[in-house]
Amino acid sequence: MADNERVPTVIADNAHIIYRIHGSAAPGSNTPLASFKRILTRTKQASIREVHAVKGVSFVAYKGEAIGLIGSNGSGKSTLLRAVAGLLPVERGGAIYAAGQPSLLGVNAALMNDLSGERNVELGCLAMGMSPAEVKAKTPDIIDFSGINERGDFSSLPMRTYSSGMSARLRFSIAAAKKHDVLLIDEALATGDAKFRKRSEQRVRDLRKEAGTVFLVSHSEQSIRDTCERCIWLESGVIRADGPTDDVMKEYETYVNK
Amino acid sequence: MAQTAVVDADTGLSHQELARRHGLTAAGRLPSLLEYSRHLWSYRHFIAAFANAKVTASLGSTRLGVVWQVLTPLINAGVYYVIFGLLIKTGSGRIENFVAYLCAGVFIFGFTQSVVQAGAQAITGNMGLIRALHFPRASLPIAIALVEVRNMVASIVVLLSIMLLTGEPLTFQWLMIFPVLLLQIIFNAGLALFVSRLGAKVHDIRQLIPYIMRIWMYGSAILYPVSFFAERVHGWQLAVVEANPLLIFIELTRHSLMEGITLAGPPGRLWIEAVIWTLLVGIGGYVYFWRGEKGYGRG
Repeated sequence: MADNERVPTVIADNAHIIYRIHGSAAPGSNTPLASFKRILTRTKQASIREVHAVKGVSFVAYKGEAIGLIGSNGSGKSTLLRAVAGLLPVERGGAIYAAGQPSLLGVNAALMNDLSGERNVELGCLAMGMSPAEVKAKTPDIIDFSGINERGDFSSLPMRTYSSGMSARLRFSIAAAKKHDVLLIDEALATGDAKFRKRSEQRVRDLRKEAGTVFLVSHSEQSIRDTCERCIWLESGVIRADGPTDDVMKEYETYVNK
Repeated sequence: MAQTAVVDADTGLSHQELARRHGLTAAGRLPSLLEYSRHLWSYRHFIAAFANAKVTASLGSTRLGVVWQVLTPLINAGVYYVIFGLLIKTGSGRIENFVAYLCAGVFIFGFTQSVVQAGAQAITGNMGLIRALHFPRASLPIAIALVEVRNMVASIVVLLSIMLLTGEPLTFQWLMIFPVLLLQIIFNAGLALFVSRLGAKVHDIRQLIPYIMRIWMYGSAILYPVSFFAERVHGWQLAVVEANPLLIFIELTRHSLMEGITLAGPPGRLWIEAVIWTLLVGIGGYVYFWRGEKGYGRG
């Protein structure tokens, strides 16, 4: 008898995410008189503007799924990922639930540029919660996977001497070294040459097999078709479609080509 | 084998109930203080590695490298001594060994001053790391406090040499310096945690910190003998001025290393005040930082 119990790993329940931007006031609203008036009448600071990035998103993601997030620029994909990772708060009334601690694997991960690649690997792995013994065991594999030593011993040089592709590859290799329950990948697979891209896509498939859930944000249609079997189409903060990749991609293409 | 269709046991549940059923937690929830502390303890290797990395990064490009850890306090003390000890002579008539008296104050205060200045940038200067990885954010201010401990060790060695060179006798009382420094380390860690959250919330604080530290220094009997207080201020004002935690640490240091100087109060009372300040600022700063844990990635 087939066991159909699917275990959810991420549940979004009517999630609204609002960015509040400080310090972009209209001219004339920052004069002492205007500020004083605001204090007296207790109105909100005029220099805060709000951007409603994600509007009432709900979905359930299960173990073993790889879900692609597509949408045009500024549709709220990265914002949603950051909220799932717990880095952005969700407004009251909704919530995002996740199993364990989802890890965000963004290209913006910054380690210390003045340190050698090897020490950054050590630092990044310790920051991810590995024990020192694990770190020592995994460091050679991580450096091999990133391929930074292919043209000479770059791992002992400070990271500021690396090309942007090398840094991005090293960052991805560090983050991909740990097993994650929920892995959120924000356009990180687009970096690197074709050789590295194949390796990283394979690594993402391996991570998926270790019974986790993967969310992938990418503009590369090929990456999404290769990696994900389910797709969510986000447009202006609202879910337009949620289903098997082929169907959702078809709808998205008709929308884009309109 | 016959396939029986099994209805998904989860159908019909609201999202909230579904989450509870499978033990999912709300993303970005604040852990309890005990959970957070345990988590922080498990990250102690990261804290040490990060502190080491910071030190390497800061000294890496200078020519003299590690020598600066000793040179900086020496030059600092030298400048103050020339102006306040030789030119203005604030200590004349009251303190025999004004060099040692002054240097004790300068180095102990310098330890807290550098922790506060670096601590204000602990969160804002490491946004990339915070946004990329999940780790207890208290690791960052604590690592910064540890970096300054290394600098402090170098300056204390210089201080002890100055004490010996200016004729202070080497007694067993010198061992008291260890508990004083330990208390100050905990005090500074709490202060770093407090200032880093404050600096992350209100960026303007970073502009104010140099002036706050300057005023604090002037009020801590470093450049003049502590008897100035009793001569000029009385009653509750004197009590307020003498409750300054850094004054207490400095006085305890002078008490353990030097002979025959008047202190702000009896040593027993000073010790009790030091412990109270340490517990207050250490625990208070930690709790204050922990309560802001959710919001540090927002920038």
